[in-house]
Amino acid sequence: MTQKLYELLPQIGGYIYPNEIEIHWGLLIVVYPYVTGIVAGAFILASLVKVFNVKEVEPLYRLSLLTALAFLLVAPLPLLSHLGHPLRSYEMFLTPQTSSAMAMFGFVYAWYLMVVLLVEIWFVYRKDLIIWAEEEKPPMRWIHRALSLFSRDVSEKALEFDAKALKFITIIGIPSAFLLHGYVGFIFGSIKANPWWSSVLMPIVFLFSAIVSGVAIVIFLYMIIIPLLGKTIDMECLDKAASFLFYAVIVDFSLELLDFIHRIYESEESIKILSELVMNKLFLSLVIMQVLLGMLVPLGIMVIIKVFDFKDELRKLLYFVTVILIQIGIFSTRWNVVIGGQMFSKSFRGLTTYKMDITGLEGLLYSLALLILPFVILAILLKILPAWGKSGEEALES
Amino acid sequence: MPRSGIEGQGSAEGRSRDPRGEISLLAVPLPAPAGGRIVNRRRFLKDLMTCVVSGGLFGGTLLKGVARASAIEAGKKPLYGFGVQVDKCIGCVRCVAACKNENNVPKEPFFFRTWVERYIIKQDGGTIVEAIGILPHQEAEVITEKNVLRSFNVPKLCNQCAHPPCVQVCPVGATFSTEDGVVLVNNKTCVGCRYCIQACPYGARYLHPETHTADKCTFCYHRIKKGLLPACVEVCPTQARLFGDLKSHASPLTRFKRMNKIHVLKPGLNTEPKVYYSSLDGEVR
Repeated sequence: MTQKLYELLPQIGGYIYPNEIEIHWGLLIVVYPYVTGIVAGAFILASLVKVFNVKEVEPLYRLSLLTALAFLLVAPLPLLSHLGHPLRSYEMFLTPQTSSAMAMFGFVYAWYLMVVLLVEIWFVYRKDLIIWAEEEKPPMRWIHRALSLFSRDVSEKALEFDAKALKFITIIGIPSAFLLHGYVGFIFGSIKANPWWSSVLMPIVFLFSAIVSGVAIVIFLYMIIIPLLGKTIDMECLDKAASFLFYAVIVDFSLELLDFIHRIYESEESIKILSELVMNKLFLSLVIMQVLLGMLVPLGIMVIIKVFDFKDELRKLLYFVTVILIQIGIFSTRWNVVIGGQMFSKSFRGLTTYKMDITGLEGLLYSLALLILPFVILAILLKILPAWGKSGEEALES
Repeated sequence: MPRSGIEGQGSAEGRSRDPRGEISLLAVPLPAPAGGRIVNRRRFLKDLMTCVVSGGLFGGTLLKGVARASAIEAGKKPLYGFGVQVDKCIGCVRCVAACKNENNVPKEPFFFRTWVERYIIKQDGGTIVEAIGILPHQEAEVITEKNVLRSFNVPKLCNQCAHPPCVQVCPVGATFSTEDGVVLVNNKTCVGCRYCIQACPYGARYLHPETHTADKCTFCYHRIKKGLLPACVEVCPTQARLFGDLKSHASPLTRFKRMNKIHVLKPGLNTEPKVYYSSLDGEVR
């Protein structure tokens, strides 16, 4: 490891404190808020259906819940892999330091997984699980029966209760999703030592970028999975979801712009080094990838779609390009926050650099694996809990 | 007479263990040596009674006072602080070497519990800063800059803040403030998340490459608890570094604070450092 640091020595510009050469939070910590953001965003999309009764996006309901679950299961992995002593991580549950935002991660995570997501998914699928278990042969029959927790009541009254419970959980779920990702923003935003992070807007910006990335990835998955299943894409659903994405991007963009203008206008002590950071080290990832490709181009495309009456096929193509660009943009946002925040010295006199490993726990390959893992989990989840078809078919048709 | 017992109490060992024992020894007057002066038993007993009663009264009164004083002394735990006289630092970096040796800090130039920054302020207003002698056995370069307005060296170390952001953010409480004002890391419970490193505004923390836990200056806690000075203070040839108890009027630190205009680093962050600088230049962050 120290060999790598020697290689970085010549790349330091200006003066940095000698302990600052090492970038302490690397690619893994970029992956962590990216993955968590998708969880929160996908859940918010799901809640559109149940709480706000947006019927058009009904076909995305189950998919977004399962997407949230798949990504949530992966969310702690980058954190654990990054710890110097992963085997001691249980200490955060046993002897949490109440003043530490990070210590709350376990509790926020457990709450979201156990109380919100799993319970909601169970109520959504309960009736189907019972019906599937009756129709199927082992081993799927056993799996579905076990997943239904051996409940067999599909009476009107029971289903009515399911619907009520669902509404209630979703209402709890929305603030929980806000808490989950707002909290991730707070981890960074509350560090007063770091002017790039320290901003009261940070949790809010994280939240809206989370909604953007979550909605975009569910649209992306829908556009890939539906043709693979030999079904047709519901254009009304796609237009509505894209419309929500458009508004979310506008809010996200406005918040980031506000943060930017505020920093420039206040022009505090750190402004010189932060300008240098943006213009040198982060030019590609911030100006080009995050703002131009990840935000302005998708916004432009979505405006064009709204203004002109394109045919379905062209619209699909443009939506597909948009959601991919948005993913690149949001990943760059996470990169610019996490890595960018460590590339300037707290002496405000110099910049260091980040050299990504290829192999190893902090390496590119491992992070790629972590980013692919949720899709594998989602594929398994969809196999066990189909989002469409069978009795889920009604959802698709409605 | 049981002289030997009394002598035992007053031995150097006994004194260092219990300062109260030492004082009580002074307070109780020793009985006069016996020997041939005692003519009869009655006289001896009378003398003895007088001695015991008067001595007891006198000693008892004194002891009461001593006990009160000791109680105040016992309640007065030290609060350690550190002074840096910027004008006295010659940039020899003996402190850095001593710290690395004393505290098993890795020798590579990326891990420091303390370091020394050299500032060169030029006439055109430009400032050049570097951490001097950070490579092992490297001597500070001679300044070749022209038009130097002023130049000075600033030793840096953990500021042992009264409101330490590192302690606030540690998820497991592995880093904590002691009653005597020193921030320590328990490397048996530190999970190595590095949040404290991010939270420290002074760049005073690093992750130890062998233990994979956070590490930082402890004021040489193992030394100061034995009444020794921190290694960096011990070796400083110019007394640019001072250490002492902030509560004690007799400590060199208190004198330093009384005799100088004092500044701390990044006061705007409200961390309330206990490392005090005299003659600190505004350029220093």
